[in-house]
Amino acid sequence: MSDPVPFRPYVAQTQPEYDAAIYGSTKFRHPDQKLLKIPHSITETTGPQFARSRYPSVIDLSKVASGEAQGQRIIVEGRVTDEDGRPVPNTMIELWQANSTGRYHHEGDQHDAPLDPHFHGAGRVFTDAEGKYRYTSIKPGAYPWRNHHNAWRPNHIHYSLFGAGFASRIITQMYFEGDPLMALDPIYNMVPDEAARKRLIALFDINLTEPEWALGYRFDIVLRGRGATPIEEAHAGSH
Amino acid sequence: MAIAVSSQTIGPYWHLLRDPTWADMTRFGATGEVIRIEGRITDGAGDLVTDACVEIWQASPPVSDTFDGFGRAGTDAQGRFSIKTIKPGPVPGLGNAQQAPHVAVTILARGLTKGLATRIYFKGDDGHETDPVLNLIEDPARRETLIATQTTPGVWSLDICLQGDTETVFFDV
Repeated sequence: MSDPVPFRPYVAQTQPEYDAAIYGSTKFRHPDQKLLKIPHSITETTGPQFARSRYPSVIDLSKVASGEAQGQRIIVEGRVTDEDGRPVPNTMIELWQANSTGRYHHEGDQHDAPLDPHFHGAGRVFTDAEGKYRYTSIKPGAYPWRNHHNAWRPNHIHYSLFGAGFASRIITQMYFEGDPLMALDPIYNMVPDEAARKRLIALFDINLTEPEWALGYRFDIVLRGRGATPIEEAHAGSH
Repeated sequence: MAIAVSSQTIGPYWHLLRDPTWADMTRFGATGEVIRIEGRITDGAGDLVTDACVEIWQASPPVSDTFDGFGRAGTDAQGRFSIKTIKPGPVPGLGNAQQAPHVAVTILARGLTKGLATRIYFKGDDGHETDPVLNLIEDPARRETLIATQTTPGVWSLDICLQGDTETVFFDV
């Protein structure tokens, strides 16, 4: 049997380090030892594929059975592709977020802001054959945390993605264009490369905005590609 | 070439996603040698990690209508996780290599800016001497951090340490 095609390493400076003084919770949770580089076998190149029938979609977070959530209604649409521009079809995306006042429907969140009985804040969507996804929600509020004095998390929605293999599994956060708290946020700023940070920001899109209904935001996501980079291939070809 | 998205921490509120049934990987009717994999996670201060998300993926037995190969559990107030699954068999490595039975593990938590990848192997398996990943670990004591022991029949236990003298071997995948 031929070897599986490995995923490419993440591009330098695009991923946060495990250890950073600016994010206090990393202090006792980051590994001290150098990570062990392992080859990509089928354990890493394959991964879970979720059947829609067993993992029902929740594409509208803006309401529950009992009623509609408070807050600014939003539509988020985007495309999941790999680094070579190929769509990642039929992949599951999990979403979770705070309500419009900046409070999570979670017993651990004791922020003194009201819970919304009509907002739970967890979603699940699947990409279509072209890698596109779309959901409706309400814009999450900012909330304080105890990382440092007067620390506030910017508005954000958490994303969990799987892609084609377990090595492409990634958790990230989507931010909102124009939020002044991003510049002050340790979690956002732990990504060293500025262009990479900016790719975490959803852009307002009037064409996705629905009249009399909801603001539209676009958030495209790129997952790891496989095999040699196009640049490496070009170099190989020139020798 | 497009560039892959940056990781961000799963944070303290990921439990909004949690479905406790996902900790039972046999829930769709998988049959085979049913086992439980459990352990306790501690940090570099020796404190229990009580808010972690532990995910398992295994390429053996192969995915089927009755087996997803994927499980997820949260750690409890004692830092413990427990996942029920089917014991994996050996799987191919690169070239002609064979890998000893193992599951891939990702640990996600507040304070982890990226998932921590590791594996769990099963003590006593003949394949450990020739396993290509275990053989990358020179220090025998560190190799042991990936090997679960059978504490009672069908229950395999391995504690995971995020940092310090007994730190688990984590991978750059």
